[in-house]
Amino acid sequence: MAMRAGDIEDMIKAGIPGCVVRIDDLRGDGEHYAAHVSASAFKGLSRVQQHQMVYRALQGKMGNELHALAVHTTVIDDA
Amino acid sequence: MSNDVFEQIKQDISQNDIVLYMKGTASFPQCGFSATVVQILSQIGAPFKDINVLENADIRQGIKDFTNWPTIPQLYIKGEFVGGCDIVRDMFNSGELQDMLAEKGITSPRAA
Repeated sequence: MAMRAGDIEDMIKAGIPGCVVRIDDLRGDGEHYAAHVSASAFKGLSRVQQHQMVYRALQGKMGNELHALAVHTTVIDDA
Repeated sequence: MSNDVFEQIKQDISQNDIVLYMKGTASFPQCGFSATVVQILSQIGAPFKDINVLENADIRQGIKDFTNWPTIPQLYIKGEFVGGCDIVRDMFNSGELQDMLAEKGITSPRAA
C-alpha cells in the first residue's frame, strides 16, 4: 500500500516539532520518495541518530508501507 | 529476537573489519540500495564480508532489532554501525567514509 507525500510530511512534522520538511516524489509511484528534514533537534546527534528520529516519527512505516524513502538530514543552528 | 541471532551478529561484526548486511550478494545484489553500497565499497577498494539477509529471515529481522534501524542494507565498520544506503552515500561523497576507513587502518589514506 503506497503512501502520499503529504502523509509522510505530516508524520515527520508531528514527530519532530519545529522541523522543516521537503518531500521529493522520485518516481510518482507512491513508493519512492526522498525526505529532506532540517531540525534544531538534530543538533549534537550523529547522522544515524538523526535518521532514527525521522524513522521514529514515521511510526514503523519505514521498511513496511514505505519501501524506499531516502532520508537527508541537516541541523538548524538557531544560535 | 532470540539471543543466538544477536550472538551471531556480534560474532560477524567483531570478526570482520567491514560487514555489509544486504539483499543478495556482493557479486549479485538483489536490491538497488544494496547494490549502491557494494559499488561504493568496491570503488574505494575496501574488502568486506557480505551477508545475504534474504537467505536468513532471523538475521533479516534480527539485524533491524539489533540496531533499531528498519531497513537493509546496513554497513558495519570495526563492529560499529555506520548507516544505511543514504548515510554511506553521503559519507562517500564527502570523503568521510574514505577517511574513516583509513583512520581505522583498513585502507590506505586518500591521496591529498
